[in-house]
Amino acid sequence: MRTMRACLAAALTAAGFFGAGISGAAAQDKQITLCWAAWDPANALVELSKDFTAKTGIQMKFEFVPWTNFADRFLNELNSHGKLCDLMIGDSQWIGGAAENGNYVKLNDFFEKEGISMDNFMPATVLGYSEWPKNTPNYWALPAMGDAEGWTYRKDWFSRPELKAEFKKQYGRELAVPKTLDELTDIAKFFQGREIDGKKVYGAAIFTERGSEGITMGVSNFLYPYGFKYEDPKKPYHMDGFVNSADSVKGLEAYKKLYDCCTPPGHSNAYMQEDLDAFKSGQVALQMNWFAFFPGLYKDPNVGGDKIGFFVNPGEKTVGSQLGGQGISVVAYSDHKEEALQYIKWFASDAVQKKWWQLGGYSCAKSVLNDPNFPSTAPFAADFLKAMGQVIDFWAEPSYAQLLQAEQKRVHDYVVAGQGTAQEALDGLVKDWTEVFQEDGKL
Amino acid sequence: MMDELSNSPTIALKAAAATPDRVARRLQGLSDRTLAWLFISPTVLLLLAINIFPLFWTVYLSFTNYRANRPNAPLRWFGAEWYHRILSDPDIWAAMQVTARFVVATIVIETVLGFALAWLIDKKFRGHGFWTTMILLPMMLSPAVVGNFWKFLYQPQIGLFNYAISFLTGVDPSSFQMLGDVSLSPWAIVIVDVWMWTPYVMLICLAGLRSIPDYLYEAAEVDRASSWRQFCSITLPMALPFIMLAVLFRGIENFKMFDMVNLLTGGGPGSTTEVASITLKRQAFEAWRTGYSSAFAVILFVAVFGLANIYVKALNRVKSR
Repeated sequence: MRTMRACLAAALTAAGFFGAGISGAAAQDKQITLCWAAWDPANALVELSKDFTAKTGIQMKFEFVPWTNFADRFLNELNSHGKLCDLMIGDSQWIGGAAENGNYVKLNDFFEKEGISMDNFMPATVLGYSEWPKNTPNYWALPAMGDAEGWTYRKDWFSRPELKAEFKKQYGRELAVPKTLDELTDIAKFFQGREIDGKKVYGAAIFTERGSEGITMGVSNFLYPYGFKYEDPKKPYHMDGFVNSADSVKGLEAYKKLYDCCTPPGHSNAYMQEDLDAFKSGQVALQMNWFAFFPGLYKDPNVGGDKIGFFVNPGEKTVGSQLGGQGISVVAYSDHKEEALQYIKWFASDAVQKKWWQLGGYSCAKSVLNDPNFPSTAPFAADFLKAMGQVIDFWAEPSYAQLLQAEQKRVHDYVVAGQGTAQEALDGLVKDWTEVFQEDGKL
Repeated sequence: MMDELSNSPTIALKAAAATPDRVARRLQGLSDRTLAWLFISPTVLLLLAINIFPLFWTVYLSFTNYRANRPNAPLRWFGAEWYHRILSDPDIWAAMQVTARFVVATIVIETVLGFALAWLIDKKFRGHGFWTTMILLPMMLSPAVVGNFWKFLYQPQIGLFNYAISFLTGVDPSSFQMLGDVSLSPWAIVIVDVWMWTPYVMLICLAGLRSIPDYLYEAAEVDRASSWRQFCSITLPMALPFIMLAVLFRGIENFKMFDMVNLLTGGGPGSTTEVASITLKRQAFEAWRTGYSSAFAVILFVAVFGLANIYVKALNRVKSR
């Protein structure tokens, strides 16, 4: 009997330990996965998220995919209703499709309950990253990472007296940050093929990539300042005379001119990484890229510090920069929506937004960007503010991928392959986009 | 196979003898045909699940407006609309032309080079085993690896290929770009494919050459036939079925070539190297036009299947001669 009792006691003790183990493990098991692109700001987010884990006990797991496969990989994940990601920092153009296909959780009720106001974020970022349909108060994401296309230049080369003198003699003005896209092309031409410190250098590294979105993003940075419009403001989805206007044609021709005259050899399929490589290896005087990379470039031991300068996309007839950046959304198929929403609540706070910017992420919060000291916090901060005031985004329609693919083909055919004229490329684009909207029943 | 099994009762008996008594007693009640079906049913089920069902499902989707990224959208019956659009789309025809040019160029070069190499290796010179292994190395590599390192070789500023051309011709290595030039990029892909797959053709041709009996050459020697005559009357006709087989395999492979083109040029510059499989991938997994891409896949499948069938009939005729 005594033995039996002892056995029972031992069993109960073991069960108690086991039970405690399970409940302890359950607390440890609270984990959410955040999906984003593999780039510098993602590393900053990993660092930032340690504070979230410390505060809530919720572990963070990250799935980062290189930009060239980012859309393929994560749109597949969303479309297959996968549970890999609880939080998604998805591209701005995905918002229409993700909202209409039910991939993201609508956040209006949550924002209201938690007192998160979209008025606390820069209007361009709310419009670009959160709203669908556009210009309506329907929110599917919290603006997470503000971004736009900008330029870097070799400040040390620009300040060399012999180059300054030669440039002035040739162009009749100072060798300085360009005020227009035409001036930018002149500078690129000036440096193309020049020998600096015994090394042959080139004008500009620009976006020409064919596979994902590269050349469209690059070309847009020229089209917008020349006066390109996606549609008739009075007649949505009517594009003839806007997409293929005379101004748009000039913009596309200007981009081709820059590609033909002033890019490094072999720059026919280049996007962010190839541009970074060209600039960091000291090959080019100018580089087109996203502001997100600028903190890393400024720290670069070879071309950073005093050697690098930054500027916002120059204007021409008007001003305009291609919008980048993303909002953070809760994936509708997640089993951990509560924890994911906790993360968004934490991320939206002013203190976290401030630290986000300090670590190398681009906050969209007014509390950070409207701070009078903000322009002096980094050498590119003032230009970032300027850029965010002039951003324009690509279509964010549910059919954005089809629209993007059409532009990729039309502009790459013209700019890189040299087939047809700019007018033909843009006329073809209007035809392709019209077909897409007709298929969608919007025309 | 089935008839063979049903006609030989000993197979079932042997199988029964090798199994435990209880299982054997159960098996004894089954006919040979049932037993045969029992053995092959897992494979048949697997084939049905991963090959046949998706094929029929693709055909079904090709008549609808289905989009994989909008599974909840109402499904509309499109009839033959996608087929009509695809067959009248100039971009699709351009992609088919690019594919055809790529297939023809690679097959011609690989066959000529592969046969020539096989003929040389068949001579059994000193160290031929070593050289055979060396020649076979490229085809043992993964296409992803090959695509990536050729991309570096073709780099105009640091690429070895450009430097080699520069060394031989005297032109500036950075004055031409193999992957970014409209006229050179199709050849850049052909060069890589030839480099990688000529050994494969060589291997098949070598098998053909080694299968030719020596006495034929001895008889030709007795008849004082010249080497050229021996080649034309013995070597080529006897090796022809093998050459044709190699052409068939390479033809089918290159018709659906994707990985290497995707890695090297991504279909560019512009659409210069956009082969049919790249177009198909873009429509299916980037534009998410599932119905449209299903129709395109069906068209490609019918084209490859039809051409391969015609070719196999020709091959059989050659073999029966």
